[in-house]
Amino acid sequence: MKYIGKEMSRVDGVAKVTGRAKYAVEYKVNDPAYGYIVQSTVAKGRISKIDTSKAEKLPGVLKILTHQNALKVEEETRQFRALQSDTVLFCGQPIALVVADTFEQARYAANLVEIEYAKEQPSTDFSDTERVQSRGPAPRGKPAEELAGSPVKIEAEYSIPIEHHNPMEPHGATAFWEGDKLTVFDKSQGVYGVRGHLSRSFGIPEGNVNVISLFVGGAFGSSLNVNYYPFLAALAAREVKRPVKLSLTRRQMFTGHGYRPYTTQKVSIGAESTGKFRSIIHEGATNTSTYEDFTESTTRFGRTLYECPNYDSPYYLLKTDLPTPTWMRAPGAVSGAFALESAIDELSYELKIDPVELRLINYADKDPETGRPFSSKALKECFTAGAKKFGWEKRKFAPRSMRDGDLLVGWGTAVGTWGAFQAPATAKIRVRNDGSALVGSGTTDIGPGTYTVCTIIAAESLGIDPKKIEFVLGDTELPRAPSQGGSITTASVGSAVYGAAGEIRRKLVDLVARKEGTALFGASFEDTELVDGNLRLKSDASRSMRVVDVLKEGGVEFVEVEYQSRPSAERQKYTTMAHGAQFVEVKVDESLGIIKVTRVVEATACGRIINPLTSHSQEMGGVVWGIGMALQEATEIDHRYGKMMTTNLADYHVPVAADVFSVETDFVEEKDEIVNELGIKGMGELCLVGIPAAIANAVYHATGKRVRDLPVTPDKLL
Amino acid sequence: MRPFKYQSAATVKDAVGAVSKSEGSKFIAGGTNLVDLMKEDVERPAALIDVSRIDLKQVRSEGDSVVIGAMAKNTDTANHPLVRMNFPLLSQAIFAGASAQIRNMATNGGNLMQRTRCVYFYDTSMPCNKRERGSGCGAKEGLNRMHAIFGWSDECVAVHPSDMCVALAALDAVVKVEGPEGKTRDVPFSAFHRLPGDDPTRDNELKNGELITSITIPKNKFAGNSYYLKVRDRASYAFALVSVAAALELDGEKIKDVRIALGGVAHKPWRARKAEDYLRGKAPKTEEFEKAAKLELADARALEHNAFKVPLAERAIVRALRQASQ
Ligand SMILES: Cc1cc2nc3c(=O)[nH]c(=O)nc-3n(C[C@H](O)[C@H](O)[C@H](O)COP(=O)(O)OP(=O)(O)OC[C@H]3O[C@@H](n4cnc5c(N)ncnc54)[C@H](O)[C@@H]3O)c2cc1C
Ligand code: SF4
Repeated sequence: MKYIGKEMSRVDGVAKVTGRAKYAVEYKVNDPAYGYIVQSTVAKGRISKIDTSKAEKLPGVLKILTHQNALKVEEETRQFRALQSDTVLFCGQPIALVVADTFEQARYAANLVEIEYAKEQPSTDFSDTERVQSRGPAPRGKPAEELAGSPVKIEAEYSIPIEHHNPMEPHGATAFWEGDKLTVFDKSQGVYGVRGHLSRSFGIPEGNVNVISLFVGGAFGSSLNVNYYPFLAALAAREVKRPVKLSLTRRQMFTGHGYRPYTTQKVSIGAESTGKFRSIIHEGATNTSTYEDFTESTTRFGRTLYECPNYDSPYYLLKTDLPTPTWMRAPGAVSGAFALESAIDELSYELKIDPVELRLINYADKDPETGRPFSSKALKECFTAGAKKFGWEKRKFAPRSMRDGDLLVGWGTAVGTWGAFQAPATAKIRVRNDGSALVGSGTTDIGPGTYTVCTIIAAESLGIDPKKIEFVLGDTELPRAPSQGGSITTASVGSAVYGAAGEIRRKLVDLVARKEGTALFGASFEDTELVDGNLRLKSDASRSMRVVDVLKEGGVEFVEVEYQSRPSAERQKYTTMAHGAQFVEVKVDESLGIIKVTRVVEATACGRIINPLTSHSQEMGGVVWGIGMALQEATEIDHRYGKMMTTNLADYHVPVAADVFSVETDFVEEKDEIVNELGIKGMGELCLVGIPAAIANAVYHATGKRVRDLPVTPDKLL
Repeated sequence: MRPFKYQSAATVKDAVGAVSKSEGSKFIAGGTNLVDLMKEDVERPAALIDVSRIDLKQVRSEGDSVVIGAMAKNTDTANHPLVRMNFPLLSQAIFAGASAQIRNMATNGGNLMQRTRCVYFYDTSMPCNKRERGSGCGAKEGLNRMHAIFGWSDECVAVHPSDMCVALAALDAVVKVEGPEGKTRDVPFSAFHRLPGDDPTRDNELKNGELITSITIPKNKFAGNSYYLKVRDRASYAFALVSVAAALELDGEKIKDVRIALGGVAHKPWRARKAEDYLRGKAPKTEEFEKAAKLELADARALEHNAFKVPLAERAIVRALRQASQ
């Protein structure tokens, strides 16, 4: 392979660092007005009075939208939609939109909107909220009985607070109408989802709506669901007959989209004294809103990960007067892994078996849930490679047995797993007679490097220098592709690009194969390949034509195809997962409770690596995220008011550079011909999954203190 | 944010005159705290008098003291040779605060005047006696992990967020202020900030219209044995859970003089006078440090979520003293 598997800098890197890359509210539009959202200050009740008269009198104010004058939409959804009624469902709910000539005028006027509420006592305290069982797979075997009969048992409870994505770019949109045609520049992970929602909301055909999201300053799941603000921007633009820019403030970001739910879990493991698991009961509960059920697969990942004949994974929902949670990087998986991988660590001390060894004892060679083989699974190799790089064999087993001067040293490990999914996706390619290609698909790039990897795949499969390829995305004018989420993009869109390139080759062959006198006369499609700007025979590389000459010969300026790829039927016979083993060193200043994650080695098996450079960045990002989740992140709620309080970046901590030390990543490449033709699995979430547990396990190894409630802040070690 | 008038002052007289004349006007220096509070609608000044251009930016030696201009930037102050040589404790404390970008904007005067980071204070829909007298204290029975363990009242349990001020308290600095009609006065640092008592709206003893012009620090013999320790939720760019400014003057095997001030524990930088009194004349040994710390923390009163600050402060005092003694 010439390009696949080689390091390549981001094709959009220069545009991003020079500011040429435009984000949702940065587009130049003619004479824009600005929106500012007024939010409810109570969590539950009704708006009894809303008086906008003072605000309306301010200079520059064009319009104030409230539930009294806003368009009522007929869209069938349980998702929250703004300004539809006087009911208050959560604190921070948008209850008015001020539109003015400038952002400052709108923000000032927002202060002068007078609102009265018929308040009710909200319920947000998870400990006294009713639990409703959610549907899930039936137990495997007889978990309760076998647990009771197991010679070695552990049982422990874990909790994770609400966490917010906090991408750099605040959510926002620029919207304008031309007649009944609507254009919205949105910060989105899926332009098609937003388009459908807007078309339904305004009762106009989908073809009349164009949603564009060329660059996204991080989203991590927060722009997967349709959020409420694009509709508000579009509605405001229609009302004031001008383009409208609407952007959330950092504080508004905490209720402007969903969040990782509050999660509480109980894990019980019964094992033989050899370490073999006999029964696992992994129970979990997450909070949701009162108006919508948001569920995750929190407790299910272990069912395919470990060989264990008896397994149950009951899962409950807690209804709260908070906005609905949403997917946040590695949803369910990272929360579940924190509990399960911590519990396995706890068991390792009970059994006096090395935690890596214990995981290998219970290694699943085929999917224990279905009996199907894995399409590939190099987790064992990850353990070997990671342990070697980390120096795991020097670990002393007992907690508190390793030191660096006055600091306690701890080494911990955990496993991460995530599905290798693929969804139908369409790509379009045009190869032109100047030797360049335009490749496009309506996916998005929220940061992982989709522009770059799709360029690489196109370059490889078209035999064209990447510099001559322009890959475009993030526009509903482009062929349909799935939203960027679930780590499916490279597998899905990459396969579409690859497939489209094949169709291009077919067309090229058709142009010359029947032309006598050309080098490729009589060529069969199967026996051709595109290499270095040439179409040539695989069986005889000397029979070759430059692609530009093929086009000339055929009398066309370009060839163009649109191609949809779909997951293969073959996949159904296998379980397709990606895996990783994570090793973490912490150093703990015990008397002050200060933890430093001094070393992380992450060994990952996720099929073929298209671009080692962006893959490494993804892994680093996952590790840093994991450090935040393990040690820092928490959205605190004052339950008396049902209000999130730490809603800014001074109080909601994420890691800073000084929190991050050595992070090494290692890929154990899998040659997986089942998942898709290119053997791509996906990695954006996988790299985070085991990290919080590995850190907590390392903290235990260092200190002998097991912290089961994230984040592990200094106070919890005192 | 509400509309406001803006005016730049060239001299102290202009600035003081402008603020004392018009109701609701405020000084602005680096703006790193005030502008945030205006955006949140917590501060609603009708006019801003910009004092950042007033020529009070020097750091100089004056007799037995070093005088630090109120308009000098935090970064420039921390890097100044006079400060680094005489008061490394102050340099360390400044660098432990905020981020490089903020320190480059923030002034010394503004640092003393920065307001609490209590989340209820920042949220105008929540009760807060400091923001609105008589509305109640949201934190006392609410989220108070970051709050005070010393000197709080039923009216307010907030802490002063500054690191710089903790070092200044330990160094017995004096705050020079100038008010209307050119009246100046010297306020000892320990009397500058207040405890909340029954009026938490007032953070300090500065009167309306008074401008901080400089901070004077008497030279001392602590430079060789001082240490600023800050314990926080992440390695940088976070306010203190507890911080300690510790300084020792050693005389052979004995502690001749000692200063200890704590941050993150009270409405003002907290001078640990009980610990200091105990340690004078004792040997600089861990056991003595432990006794002194225990003595100081005996009076601490924790709230629902901040009980950890009591042992943390105790250990932090010991650690800071040990570091200082080395
Ligand atoms: C995200 C963040 C993190 C931070 N972290 C820390 C930290 O860890 N530790 C820390 O110590 N600080 C921290 N800070 C606070 C920072 O130190 C202060 O914001 C800064 O010192 C204020 O100085 P300024 O010149 O910008 O003040 P301004 O914002 O201009 O003014 C603040 C107040 O002081 C008044 N004022 C200004 N100058 C004078 C004067 N000469 N006389 C009288 N009144 C005056 C103003 O009227 C105003 O009320 C942080 C700030 C931010 C935004
Ligand atoms: S602690 Fe002080 S600042 Fe915080 S809510 Fe109470 S009164 Fe307001």
